[in-house]
Amino acid sequence: MKAVDKPASTENPSPSVGLFVTCLVDLFRPNVGFAALDLLEQAGARVDVPQAQVCCGQPAFNTGDEKGTKAIAQGVIAAFEHFDYVVAPSGSCAGMIREHYPVLFAQDPKWSGRAEAVADKTWELISFLNDVMGVDDISASLDGNYTYHDSCSGLRELGISHQPRNLLSAVRGLSCSEMKDSNVCCGFGGTFCVKYPDISERMVNDKIRNAVDSGADYLLGGDMGCLMNIAGKLSRDKVDLQVYHVAEVLADRTDVSPIAGRTPEQRTRSEDS
Amino acid sequence: MSSRDSIFADLRKSLGRTESLGADKVAELQQRSDVAREDERPQVSGDLIERFVVKLTAGAGTVTRVRDASEVPRAVEQYLEEHQLPPKMVAASNGLVGSIRWPDGFQVEHRPASRDDRVSVTGAIAAVAETGTIVVSSDNESPTTLNFLPDDHIAVIETGQLRTHLEDVWSALREADEMPRAVNFISGPSKTADVEQTLALGAHGPRRLHVIMVG
Amino acid sequence: MQPVSREFKIHSSKALLDEKLSAALARTQDGFGGQRAAAVEALPEFQKIRERALRIKNHTLEHLDYYLEKFEREVQAAGGHVHWARTPEEGRKIILDLCEQAEARTVIKGKSMVSEEMALNPALEASDIEVVETDLGEYIIQLAKEPPSHIIAPAIHKTREQITELFSENHAQYGLTEPVTEVADIVHEARTVLREKFINADVGITGANFLVAESGSTVLVTNEGNGDLSSTLPKMHIITAGLEKVVPTFDDLSTMLRLLARSATGQEFSVYTSVFTGPKRNTDQDGPEELHIVLLDNGRTEMLGNEFREMLRCIRCGSCLNHCPVYGSVGGHAYGWVYSGPMGSVLTPLMVGLGEAADLPNACTLNGRCEEVCPMSIPLPRMLRALRVRQFEEKLVGSRVRASLGAWTWLATKPRLYQAVTGLGMKMLARLGRKNGSIRSLPLAGGWTQARDLPAPEGETFMQAWARQNRNRGARQ
Repeated sequence: MKAVDKPASTENPSPSVGLFVTCLVDLFRPNVGFAALDLLEQAGARVDVPQAQVCCGQPAFNTGDEKGTKAIAQGVIAAFEHFDYVVAPSGSCAGMIREHYPVLFAQDPKWSGRAEAVADKTWELISFLNDVMGVDDISASLDGNYTYHDSCSGLRELGISHQPRNLLSAVRGLSCSEMKDSNVCCGFGGTFCVKYPDISERMVNDKIRNAVDSGADYLLGGDMGCLMNIAGKLSRDKVDLQVYHVAEVLADRTDVSPIAGRTPEQRTRSEDS
Repeated sequence: MSSRDSIFADLRKSLGRTESLGADKVAELQQRSDVAREDERPQVSGDLIERFVVKLTAGAGTVTRVRDASEVPRAVEQYLEEHQLPPKMVAASNGLVGSIRWPDGFQVEHRPASRDDRVSVTGAIAAVAETGTIVVSSDNESPTTLNFLPDDHIAVIETGQLRTHLEDVWSALREADEMPRAVNFISGPSKTADVEQTLALGAHGPRRLHVIMVG
Repeated sequence: MQPVSREFKIHSSKALLDEKLSAALARTQDGFGGQRAAAVEALPEFQKIRERALRIKNHTLEHLDYYLEKFEREVQAAGGHVHWARTPEEGRKIILDLCEQAEARTVIKGKSMVSEEMALNPALEASDIEVVETDLGEYIIQLAKEPPSHIIAPAIHKTREQITELFSENHAQYGLTEPVTEVADIVHEARTVLREKFINADVGITGANFLVAESGSTVLVTNEGNGDLSSTLPKMHIITAGLEKVVPTFDDLSTMLRLLARSATGQEFSVYTSVFTGPKRNTDQDGPEELHIVLLDNGRTEMLGNEFREMLRCIRCGSCLNHCPVYGSVGGHAYGWVYSGPMGSVLTPLMVGLGEAADLPNACTLNGRCEEVCPMSIPLPRMLRALRVRQFEEKLVGSRVRASLGAWTWLATKPRLYQAVTGLGMKMLARLGRKNGSIRSLPLAGGWTQARDLPAPEGETFMQAWARQNRNRGARQ
C-alpha cells in the first residue's frame, strides 16, 4: 500500500482532471460516470473525459498477457499524461495504473518514466475528493442505513477505507451499519468469477449474508466489478438490498434504479399489482 | 558431482556468483551482529516477576512463590497434596534442585524419566519474562525426558534467573563452552487444539506445569 | 503424495457441497483469524518486528550458500550429520538408508511438511517400517489415510464425530471398547496409545521450523511436546527441512519466533520451542545417539534465482490460509498436494510443475489479504500473477481464453471502434434486461449467469451520453 501523499497542488484550487471512466461504468452504469463528473466539478476541478480511453488493461494483466497489457496501458498513458490528475471511480483501475503500470514498464526506458509520471498522479475518485481536494461539503441526502463493502484493490493497494465512510457521514439522512468481514473479497476477482463460478458463488453468498445481517438498506461500494457481482447475486436470489456506487450517493444521483434491489417505491408498486 | 556440490553450484548460480564468497565478505558476515533494537522487541515494562507470572499463567501454567530454598520442599509437598499425588518423584540432580533436602517419606530418584513416572522436578537455566517461559537445558544431571514424560512437571527457578527478553538467554548460552544437546523453552503444559479447534491440555507432554519461584 | 492438483475444479466443487467441511473451515478461519488479529493488536511493535524479520531473511537468502556451509560445519562440530537432497526421491533414499542402518522397525514422526513433500511415509511403509505420526492432527489424518488439509492444523476438516469413529475403528486393537466422544477423552486415548509407540520407536523423524547457522542447531516449535519425545526417546533423530530455513544467529531467531506463533495460532509463544544441537553427549543420560539433518532443495535453489525468491521467506505459519476466502470456501484438499491456500498455490506449481497445477495460480481473486497478513511480507498476489504470465508464455492458457482476450485487447486499443461496437451491444443488452432490470442468462456468459444475474446496462454508454451532452454543453456555452 502506498502512503497517501498529501496533495501536491492544493495551491491549485482548480487542477485539470482526466476522468478515467472505466469500462464497466462506461458500459453498464454511466450514472456513476456522471456522478464522478459532478463531484469533481463541485470540488473545483476542471474535468475532461478523453475520447481515447477504453480499459486499464486488468483483464489481460491478470491473465498473464504482458504484451497485451502493455499495448493497452500505453494507450491510457498517452491519453492521460497531460492532465494534472487522473481520476477513476474504481479502486482496482486506479490501482492498476498507480501500482502496476510502473512495474510493468520498469525495464522499458522509453515508457518507464511516462508510466511512473501517470501513476503518481492517478487517484481513485473518493480518495481524491477526500485526500487531495479536501472535500467536506456534500449536498446529498438519502434516508436509511448503508453498509460498505471494501473492495480489495482499493483497500489494499490504495488504502481506501475511511475516505468513503468519512464523506458518506455528510450525507443527510444516511447512517452507517458495518457488516462483518467488510474487508473480505466478494468473489468477483475479474475473470475469476467466470472461471470458478461455484467458488465465487460461495464467496458472494458469504458477502450477501453479512450485508443482510447488518440490517442495512443500502450496500455501497467503490468498484463496479464487485457491485455488479453482488448485485447480480442479490437479483438472482431476489434479496431486496439496494446496491449503489458510493459516487452515486455522494452526488445525489440515487433517483435511478439501484444496480440491484428495488427502491421502496418499486416494491410498493409490485405489491399493489 | 555429489548432490551437495550440485546444490551449492545451483545456489551460487542463483545468487549470480560462481565461487563462494570472498574473504572480505566472509569476515564481514562473521562480524555481523544484528540484535533487535528496543523498539523491535515487545516492550517489557514494570516488574519482571509479575510479567512472567501473568504470561505463564495465561498459558495455563501455575506458579508458587517462596522466600528461599528451604521452603521448596514444603511447596512441592503442598502441590502434591493439592493434586493428590504420592510423594514419589524423579528429579534433576543439579543446582538448587540437587541440593534440596527432601522430607522423610519422599522417594526422589535422580535419573531420566520413564513411562510410569508421575511427577518430575527440574531446575532451569533461565526464565523469560517476555513470554512467560522457563528454559531447561539437557546435561548429565538434568535429562530431557524429565521435561516431557511425567504428567506433572515442577520446575524450580530463582528470581535472579529471570531475564527480560529471549535475546538475554542466548547471550547467556553463548558464554558456555558448547550448546547443550537440547534447550527447551517451555511456556506451559502440553496443549492441542487439533480436534475442532477445542483446547485440551496434556497432549503428549506434561498435563501440568508448576513453577516454584524462589526469592 | 502424488499431486492431484489437476483435479482442482472437481475437488473444489465437491468440497463446496460438504456442509461439515464448510462449518469446519468457517470455525478455523474465524478462530485463527480472530486470535491473530488480537495478538497483533496486543503487540505495538509488531510492524517493526515484521520489518526486521524481512531484513533478516533477505540478508540470509542473499548469502544462503555461506550460511548453509556455516550451518553444516557447526552441525558436524557438534557431532551431527548433514545430508543434501536435490529431489524428494533423494531425500527418501537418504532416510530409508538411515533407517536401515538403524535397523528400524518403528519410526515415530513429528509433523514435517518437508517429509510430506518427500512422500516419506508410503516409502517407509513399503520397506516394512511402521510409521506413526504423533502430532494429534497428523495422527488423525494418518488413521483416515488422508493428506493434511492445513499446514499447521492438518485435521481441521474432521469433525469430532468422524474422529470418534476413526478411533473406534483403529484402536480396538489397543483395547478400546467404548467410543471416545469428548475432546479430552480423544486426546487422552491418543496420548496413551502413542506413549507406547514413542517408547518403543527406533527412529524419530521431525521437521524443523528454523536452522541456526551460528551453532548448527535446529529449532522445533510445537504445542503438544510430541516433537520433543520424538527427538529424545529413539536412538536416532532425523530432521527434515527445506534448505531455506536457515537464519544466521539466535538473535535473528528471536525475531522470527515473535512472529511465528502470533501469525499461526494467535498465541504469543508456542508451548515448546526446542533447540537441538548435535546428538547425545557422552555424559548425557538421554537423547539420541545419532542426529541426522536432511536438507531438501526440490526447486528452492532455482527459486532463489528468479522472481520467486521472496517465497523462500515463508515460515509456514499458515496465516495466508487462514485469511484466504478461496481456501475458506474449498479447504486444503482441493489444492491436491502438500501445500494449500495462497502459499500452496505458489509452491505447488514450482515444485510439481505448472502443467500439473494449472488451476492453482488462477483460482485466486488477487484480493491481497494473504500478503497483508503474511509475517514475512511475501507478495503472494504478485507471484500468482507471475505464474499466470508463465502460463500465458508457455501457452498453457486455453485457446478459447487466448482468442477472446486477444479480441478484447485488439478492440481495447482502438477506442473509436470499441465505442461504436459497445454502444450497439449495450443497447441490445439493455433491451434484454428492460423488464426485470437484470438478465438471467446470456450466451457465452454462462460462468457469470450460472450463479447470478447480469445487471442490465442503462442502454446508452457513458461515452455516447458524454458526447451527446458535450455537444449540448458546447451549444449552451
